[in-house]
Amino acid sequence: MNLNNLIDEDRLGGVFRVHRSAFTSAEIAALEQANIFQRCWLYLGHDSELPNAGDFRRRTVAGQPLFWVRGSDGRARVFYNSCTHWGANVCRLDEGNAELFQCFYHAWTFNNQGDLVSVPDEAAYGEGFHKEAMGLAAPPRFDNYRGLYFVSFDRDVEDLISYLGDAKEYIDLILDQAEEGWRVIPGTQKYSVRANWKMFSLNSLDSYHVRPLHSTFFKYTESLGSGDPPPLPPTEFPGPQGRSLSLRNGHGVDIFPSLARARPIAHWHPILGEESKEEIRKRRARLVERFGEQRAYLMCNTNRLMLIYPNFALHDIAGVSLRYFEPVGQEYMEVTVQTLAPRGESPGLLNRRLENFLSFLGPGGFAHPDDIEAMESAQLGFRAGGPEWIDASRGMHREATALDELHVRAFWRQWHANLSGDAKAERHHDSLDGKRE
Amino acid sequence: MTSGRDDSLNEKLAALLLEREVEKFIVEEAVMLDEWRLDDWLALFTEDARYMVPATDMPTADPKETLALINDDVARLRGRVERLKSRHAHREFPWSRTRRFITNVRIKEIIGEEILANASFLVYRIRSGQVDPLIGSYVYTLRRVDGALKIAARRAVLDLEALRPHGTLSIIL
Repeated sequence: MNLNNLIDEDRLGGVFRVHRSAFTSAEIAALEQANIFQRCWLYLGHDSELPNAGDFRRRTVAGQPLFWVRGSDGRARVFYNSCTHWGANVCRLDEGNAELFQCFYHAWTFNNQGDLVSVPDEAAYGEGFHKEAMGLAAPPRFDNYRGLYFVSFDRDVEDLISYLGDAKEYIDLILDQAEEGWRVIPGTQKYSVRANWKMFSLNSLDSYHVRPLHSTFFKYTESLGSGDPPPLPPTEFPGPQGRSLSLRNGHGVDIFPSLARARPIAHWHPILGEESKEEIRKRRARLVERFGEQRAYLMCNTNRLMLIYPNFALHDIAGVSLRYFEPVGQEYMEVTVQTLAPRGESPGLLNRRLENFLSFLGPGGFAHPDDIEAMESAQLGFRAGGPEWIDASRGMHREATALDELHVRAFWRQWHANLSGDAKAERHHDSLDGKRE
Repeated sequence: MTSGRDDSLNEKLAALLLEREVEKFIVEEAVMLDEWRLDDWLALFTEDARYMVPATDMPTADPKETLALINDDVARLRGRVERLKSRHAHREFPWSRTRRFITNVRIKEIIGEEILANASFLVYRIRSGQVDPLIGSYVYTLRRVDGALKIAARRAVLDLEALRPHGTLSIIL
């Protein structure tokens, strides 16, 4: 396969195109599994999902069944969900609490720290059989940043913190909003899209589509009346048009003023309910106190769509959503969505937060079903033949606004580097030095 | 003058008529949705009604404190119907074909003017070369208003473990 013809970039002319085989080729999908999903850090879960010793969750990452468990020693670990004897899944529930995991096939028993603690009729095994070496196997790398846990199947992957690059700042900008910390709200939206997984990565960064595709959502929210007027921005960043930014290593963010739209942290709109006005205003005042006007403005009065490369979208818009998606072949993906809320949020505001989330997001919302339709429609469109490229040139000739595709190009550059066997793109930005030339 | 035996027969007949009325109501509702008579369908709801579809991993949870798939009050339900009637609900333009099979209708409890009823559903959504079955049960709170049954709460609980390969709940379930 010739990887050299997948991206066509004319930097000075401001044209950036990606060959459509990126979405349709089984060969490329196999290369992605090997060079991206086996090499990158992949999102696993949030600390709050395992509050107590013994708590566990099943997860599938890169198609591989894993389970994630907090041991009796208080430490979180992740294991391949496979008995070291004949291979059956040892964790057979999606979630729960256990001290021991007994394989149902031959009753080999592991503790919640992965040690093999009992083998029926152990005397039947010879000298060379070492029970202590037969504990559950773990993916080679496992780490967290501020409670967001990631796993990697590559022993030699760089440290998580350096992998996250500049995305770290934006994770901070989200997580710092809740003084009490965050928790994953129970309830998981599990769905799928009949399209290549990268379509979701791109959709998660893109706000160019939002007005044309989601007009029914805006019609609905506008029918509810208008929110509080937005404050005058105390900072030039991100500016009225917002910004599309590369955060290095394929990560990107789209950041733009949220204007009069609802933000549970912290801008009131009728969709959040009259009764929540005071709580939301207090929240904003507290953030100003803690972080100053400028950072509080970025937290409370801008929205951000962030993609942690390759497949984890962290959105801070109508609510904070954690969305991860996995390829199953080249034309289908499985999607999982959860949402975070501040610990200790009042039941009334939590209810409003969730309603606000559902009105836009999720497979039953007023907007997201149309994202899915668009992704699937593009995948069908690729079957047409004819045009060979998708275009991602928007805003290449200027300082990219939120409606531009700079972050999308950064994604593609990293993707192309990974396919070619490199850990990093030579250039993560449109320009050579990350600034306008 | 009626004998004790007649009383018990009358009670049984009344219960049977109510069962029949509830079953007919739920079946007629399903037909309305299959025929995309969304305004007629919306008129079945009380002003304080809820339409809910819980997440597949939390079928019995309260959507006030858990993430659901759908949790509409009447204002949002009206918005949902408006959206589906527009040309801009792209997932449903053109509308998909649906066919709803409703069975095992049972009255669970009668509390004053409210009737709690359950039913099983198998709803096929057919569109763009795909046939996607949605399987589960309805939990209704019906209320008699001026003699007619209305829906005060309607919870559609999916037995599916995930909306896969469906992708969305773009129709009314």
